[in-house]
Amino acid sequence: MINTIRSSLFDYIADLVESKAKVLDLGCGKGELLETLIREKNVVGHGIDINEENIIECIKKGISVFQGNIDEGLLEYRDKSYDYVILSQTLQVVHKPLFVINEMLRVGKKGIICFPNFGYWKIRLQLFFKGQMPRTKRIPYEWYNTPNIHHVTIKDFKHTCKKYGIRIVKEIPLSGSQKRRNILYAACSNLLAEDALFLIES
Amino acid sequence: MKQIVKTQYYEFGQPPDELTLESGQTLGPITVAYETYGRLNADKSNTILICHALSGDAHAAFWHSEEDRKPGWWDIMIGPGKAFDTDKYFIVCSNILGGCMGTTGPSSINPKTKKPYALSFPVITISDMVDVQKKLIDFLGIKRLYSMVGGSMGGMQVIDWAIRYPSAVRSAIVVAATSRLSAQGIAFNAVGRNAICSDPSWSNGNYYGKTAPEKGLAVARMIGHITYLSEESMHQKFGRRLQNKTDYGFDFSTDFEIESYLRYQGETFVGRFDANSYLYITKAVDYFDVEKKYGSLAAAFSDTQSKFLFISYSSDWLFPPSQSKEMVKALMNNNKEVTYCEISSAYGHDAFLLEKEQQTNIIANFLAKVKETTA
Repeated sequence: MINTIRSSLFDYIADLVESKAKVLDLGCGKGELLETLIREKNVVGHGIDINEENIIECIKKGISVFQGNIDEGLLEYRDKSYDYVILSQTLQVVHKPLFVINEMLRVGKKGIICFPNFGYWKIRLQLFFKGQMPRTKRIPYEWYNTPNIHHVTIKDFKHTCKKYGIRIVKEIPLSGSQKRRNILYAACSNLLAEDALFLIES
Repeated sequence: MKQIVKTQYYEFGQPPDELTLESGQTLGPITVAYETYGRLNADKSNTILICHALSGDAHAAFWHSEEDRKPGWWDIMIGPGKAFDTDKYFIVCSNILGGCMGTTGPSSINPKTKKPYALSFPVITISDMVDVQKKLIDFLGIKRLYSMVGGSMGGMQVIDWAIRYPSAVRSAIVVAATSRLSAQGIAFNAVGRNAICSDPSWSNGNYYGKTAPEKGLAVARMIGHITYLSEESMHQKFGRRLQNKTDYGFDFSTDFEIESYLRYQGETFVGRFDANSYLYITKAVDYFDVEKKYGSLAAAFSDTQSKFLFISYSSDWLFPPSQSKEMVKALMNNNKEVTYCEISSAYGHDAFLLEKEQQTNIIANFLAKVKETTA
């Protein structure tokens, strides 16, 4: 089921990317998203990931990948040298999220960010009624072993963008953990969306 | 049963068709010592060229005889079912120009004088070594290499090939290398050369047939060896342990294991290596500077057509990961296909000769995807 969730998220991301664009995927994991974008959008794709096993999986797919820590920034990548820099399900695990977003928008003409929305109603209910750190299918960790060190809601993210002059080009709240995600009514997104997808630029 | 291989020789550059070197001087004839492993396929599309490092030779894998004590220098990586799988690929390795393991170098006989070249041998560069390899590959009838690989100075040759012969290199694997040696690296080479030239036996390079500058060359090798290891690996391997002693000797004989190890490395090296070759080759390494030659790394790599793989080692302070990263970023900025792996290892620069498993996992998977993505 995780795979269907992921692949439908990939479809939404693919919809945001123009064909033959140059794409850098930060925290690219095993390279599934880049593989999708290369196949469906014919992009020139590069990935960055820190994990050795992930790097090997990317190599097995023939995907160009750089083993490195995105918290150290995108040193030596030229300004606006990529059409899109993508941060998919990675924002919440980086140590310096604002720095990483700024680096994304320095190197990329546009940024694509998606993250699990901590304002999702099920999460709110768990915290409210159980008084414990929420666990969902999307965020299945205990407080002590979670890689997610910067939990963020859609509202938080939008505030941050406003504060730092980041323009939101497109906002796509996503929900429906079964097959396809529905684009929700934006007004309730912070409550109803399990994930959020943003197209941003500086 | 040991797999036996025989060194072969190819000669070219008979006057007036001598090789023109980067310095503008000409050299010829040139003999190239090389070995091959595996079979060349019908359309000649499965060749992988192996480029050796400073003290290496053409004997990269297999054994020279049943009695041989050691296989070739990268036998952990080359052979049936290994990273460079001889069941699939045709592997070629040749001794570099300026070397002393069969290819023409300062210890070779100059046909004009019938004496060893010694210091009349022209100063050569990495590009000159590459041009000699290119002649060999042409002679073997291979238009395009499936891949090529080199560690350390061998990596410099791979970089030079990919830049100067872009259409001949389908994929390129650069291990523990740099686009230019650091001041620290040049400093160590300079000390090594000084040790050789300060040895009275060196006699301005004219020691052939007489006593070779063995003391100087041994010191050069000892210094080199320190730079190939890391503080951690030396500590793990030797610590402060004493050599066959329970306490200090209170004299200037060998006390520590590390001293004994370095002495052994120096002594065995002089038996197989030529001091003048050491001078020429380290000079070529010092001169290698892609930025200087092309203006910038980005400009240097702009016309490359290879799919690249760069591997560096965390504890390598001679050719540190940062230097590989610079090249990778320049390639990424040029929209090239390039992958960068940084392997955690305590072995320092020498890791590329020792870290079999991770290196094999990365390289075998990379090679498997070369064909379809660059067809």
